[in-house]
Amino acid sequence: MSEKIKYFLERISWVDIMVWLFGLAILVIAVIGVIGSIHNAYYTKEQWMDFVVFGISQGGVYALIALGYTLVYGILFMINFAHGDIFMAGAFTGYFLAAKLNQYGIYNSHPIISLLLIMLLAMVTSVVVALITERVAYRPLRKAPRLVPLITAIGASFTIEYTFRGLYGSGVEAYPDMKIFVGKTSVLGLRILKVHLLVIILSILLMAALYAYVQYTKAGKAMRAVAEDKDVASLMGVDVDRVIVNTFILGAALAGIAGVLYALIFKQVHFFMGFIPGIKAFTAAVVGGIGNVPGAMLGGFILGIFEALGPGLILEGLGIPASYQLKDVIAFTLLVLVLIFRPTGLMGERLSEEKV
Amino acid sequence: MDSQNTFWKSAVKNGLLAGAIGLYSTLVGLVQAFNKRAVIEQLSLGHITLLLSWGVVAYVFLNHHREAESKGKLIAAGALVGGLGAFLVALLPMTAQWVDYHFVFVHAGPEMYSLLTFGKGPWVGSAMLVAVGALWGVLIALVVSLPTFWRNSVVKAFLITITVGLLSDLFSGMTIGWMFQPFLGVEGLNILGAVLVFGLSIAYDYWSAHRKPKESAEAVATEPTGITKAQLRRMVVGALALVVVAGLPLLLGSYLSHVLNMVGLYTIMGLGLNIVVGYAGLLDLGYVAFFALGAYMMGLLTSTGPLGIAHWTFWEAVPFSILVAMVAGILLGVPVLRMRGDYLAIVTLGFGEIIRILALSNWLKPLIGGAQGILLIPKPPLFGFKIQTPIHFYYLILVGIGLAAFVAYRLRESRLGRAWMAMREDEDVAEAMGIDLVVTKLTAFAFGASFSGLAGAIFASYVGSIFPHSFNLLISINVLSLIIVGGVGSMPGVFVGSLALVGLPELLREFAEYRMLIYGLSLIAMMLLKPEGFWPEPIRKRELREEVGD
Amino acid sequence: MEPILIAKGVTKRFGGLVAVNNLDFTIERGSIASVIGPNGAGKTTFFNCITGFYTPEEGKIIFDGREIQGLTPDRVTRMGIARTYQNIRLFSNMTALENIMVGRHPLMHHQWWDAILHTRRYKREEQEALEAARRLLNFVGLQGLGDQLARNLPYGAQRRLEIARALASEPKLLLLDEPTAGMNPQETSEMIRFIRHLRDELGLSILLIEHDMKVVMTISEKIAVMDFGKKIAEGKPEEIQRNPRVIEAYLGRGAASGIKSATATA
Repeated sequence: MSEKIKYFLERISWVDIMVWLFGLAILVIAVIGVIGSIHNAYYTKEQWMDFVVFGISQGGVYALIALGYTLVYGILFMINFAHGDIFMAGAFTGYFLAAKLNQYGIYNSHPIISLLLIMLLAMVTSVVVALITERVAYRPLRKAPRLVPLITAIGASFTIEYTFRGLYGSGVEAYPDMKIFVGKTSVLGLRILKVHLLVIILSILLMAALYAYVQYTKAGKAMRAVAEDKDVASLMGVDVDRVIVNTFILGAALAGIAGVLYALIFKQVHFFMGFIPGIKAFTAAVVGGIGNVPGAMLGGFILGIFEALGPGLILEGLGIPASYQLKDVIAFTLLVLVLIFRPTGLMGERLSEEKV
Repeated sequence: MDSQNTFWKSAVKNGLLAGAIGLYSTLVGLVQAFNKRAVIEQLSLGHITLLLSWGVVAYVFLNHHREAESKGKLIAAGALVGGLGAFLVALLPMTAQWVDYHFVFVHAGPEMYSLLTFGKGPWVGSAMLVAVGALWGVLIALVVSLPTFWRNSVVKAFLITITVGLLSDLFSGMTIGWMFQPFLGVEGLNILGAVLVFGLSIAYDYWSAHRKPKESAEAVATEPTGITKAQLRRMVVGALALVVVAGLPLLLGSYLSHVLNMVGLYTIMGLGLNIVVGYAGLLDLGYVAFFALGAYMMGLLTSTGPLGIAHWTFWEAVPFSILVAMVAGILLGVPVLRMRGDYLAIVTLGFGEIIRILALSNWLKPLIGGAQGILLIPKPPLFGFKIQTPIHFYYLILVGIGLAAFVAYRLRESRLGRAWMAMREDEDVAEAMGIDLVVTKLTAFAFGASFSGLAGAIFASYVGSIFPHSFNLLISINVLSLIIVGGVGSMPGVFVGSLALVGLPELLREFAEYRMLIYGLSLIAMMLLKPEGFWPEPIRKRELREEVGD
Repeated sequence: MEPILIAKGVTKRFGGLVAVNNLDFTIERGSIASVIGPNGAGKTTFFNCITGFYTPEEGKIIFDGREIQGLTPDRVTRMGIARTYQNIRLFSNMTALENIMVGRHPLMHHQWWDAILHTRRYKREEQEALEAARRLLNFVGLQGLGDQLARNLPYGAQRRLEIARALASEPKLLLLDEPTAGMNPQETSEMIRFIRHLRDELGLSILLIEHDMKVVMTISEKIAVMDFGKKIAEGKPEEIQRNPRVIEAYLGRGAASGIKSATATA
């Protein structure tokens, strides 16, 4: 008998047990919080629905940014730390066009055209910034040890932030309201904000388009080939440099549009606005399984919804005041939990081990 | 004929590049902001920024073609690059009457235009600007066509003169500042000082170039006593360094001592993170969490305000600050034990943010003060005397650095240190060599965290009050960057990195707005040009160079 | 005499693929045994099961009288098994000497406080480790190269350094994964001599994975042949050479010439 116990004890990993217990403890606390919140009925059903819809639209933005992280990570195995700032570049630049259009009255007389123009400008700006960053800061370092490009990316992040602060100023600017998107509308019997509806629809359309692009076009296939194995892909005649540039363009274009959508939800733009969404989006990419395109989308929505619901649903039930302050804590806790129970993210990472 | 065409095409391209960089620095506002700082007499840093943005492009371009092209052509090309660069910048004031740049670019405005045109109006002024650009290009072409030794020496002397001019406040701020007065203007160097620095630099180059062979012969000779001259010299240098280090704050005065203190605190943190990242290869972006814990522990245990819980002295509280940070390092280390590099980075970053957000929250406000932080943290007493001024703290921090460096060095030279490095190189193989990865990782986290806790404790006592805003992600990134700028895994590198990334920006505070921009740009430049750091471990240098090069 | 290692019914699966299938194998104390087989036959997986890198789903691995399957690699190493890798895996940014000293890790017991305070235990162990590392450098013929970074050593030296690192833990059983891969005939015969020398001088038991038939036939006392995760034959070199199933397995993959030339030289 004691032989058996000894045999068993020798093979137990205390670390795994502790980590699992840690994860379970958080889950139990979360459940207690949820029960508390529901029991006390702090919010009405409508308010909960509002939270969810807000979460989905915010999640859509996260997902769009997360795609940029995941695409670049899938190919270069680097965290493009500056991606959040590329998102900011688009949103901030778009503001000036919005303000000009508003000044001449076009903004509200031709809202769809205005929105398309603003998105186009935001996309182009983001893409240009991303291309310059890639060319100057990342390309020369492709074969460097992993820390080096990470530091460069951090440097690029600061550089972009403070360049735009220098160019556009340190003030907070606000996108003007677009009249047709003010107020609520009914969808399937739910009253939801029109802006949220717009953001949700657009982000889903864009994601579908991206998925189709990566999955079915020749360029998308080349991209996946490079992600799988750079050397083999280049032997097969794929221009790896070209594919990497394409990846940055694609990610940046999505980030630029995400910037405009973000500005539509939150109205305000400023030079530092890319930082937090950038980190959140990277978190979303990891939650979904980095390198995995559908994973990034799923991760974005899950993170968005958790963040919107978590404070009210979990923390208030635990009696924590001003719980909205802690929404970022929820996001990061979710990340830790996912990594504890599913180390490769929800949908699994698309990386071969030896490359990392 | 064909190569001629490509040469001129390339010159035009470089002129455009020079213009683009010039426009960038103008529109971002660098030129205008730096104009407030005179470097040599009337020549401001703003002017120098413009000249440098054209000059660097011209220099690199001309230097590339130095062998192939005649001197006359180089001069013409220099004028072209400089002139074209200046012309692009001059387009701003020229077109300003028709285009409202200010709507988008905050810095575009009459003040900028008048600065660019020397106050002479858009047309005359722009012509002058282009002329200056072209002349500058010619000057650079002349320098490029000098023989190698003189060319390098002149460029170096030029850069050194600018640096000295820029940092001349440092000299006047010293307690012995009067000694430098004859060479300083109201701000920056005067002509005499500039010429002197320039000349000294070249003279030094000349001297060191002609001295070398003699010196190496000298080093070989051994004294009969068994102590080589090199050893003797090292001892003398060591003793001198000790005296300088001990006397430095008396020489520098209060403000510069404060700057050094910040450098010192970052050095302690850097030594700790160097264990985690440099030795053990664990990428930690949430390092600020332990700094915050150390500081809050010190605050809670010693504060005489309403939040103080123990009213202890600094000395009683320090071990607890270190211990709490260490335990937190282990606790936060456990969930990430099984995580791979980049996941580790984002999760640790998350931990750092969680600590900051919790410190800021209303939830924990009754305990740790929320956004209002903890006030009234007393200074450390010492045998009836109070460690109070920055100069006093300098010595306290010096002791802290000594302790941290001692521990880090001794650990590195042990079984544990080798286990860390083996793990950095190859985790699987390290495990197959009998290394317990759990223990090895957790000790790395624990030691890293404890150094940070020590720095946090000293910091809390030094500034007297702490706020959650002092503990943002920027600190983690700063510490990570400084160990990389210094050279990963290198202990002296940590100090060099702190000087460069913490000391310099403190000194250049008046450009506060652009501090981070310059910081970001230099991080990129550093990684591109010198990825092994300023003071690398000899081993590390070979590695990084080889991988970047091939 | 009791065997040093007994594998009984070891099975390791990856999803649907059975990499090692119900494998039995015994290594006698002080002998040189080999596992051969075509690429992907499961030889390295078997190695990884022994060293604890993988946990076999079924079966037992008994080392020196104790069951070791499922233990973590560091514990297996501390019990006395050391290994080298097919594609040399040195700590490339550490010097040769440091590499060997890392290998000695299981024999050292000083803790961090010993290192900080430079206690007697620390000094004694470090001194011993340094001397042992120097001795091993000489033993594998790398004297004078101790301060070179491992990555800068020539290929053959890296192979030998890897063996020295494995020997530093003073193992009872040494696992060598294709020690002659990528070597020319002269280097190969030197390596053969060296492996024999290891056994004769240090009294080690050695398990080899090899592709090179000549090497296997020359130095092994016992050979197991694997194909598709299964052991298809086991015995002395001359028995293996005559075994029809082995010849078939190799002929099917066009490696008959290897067998023949090995037979000719043996």
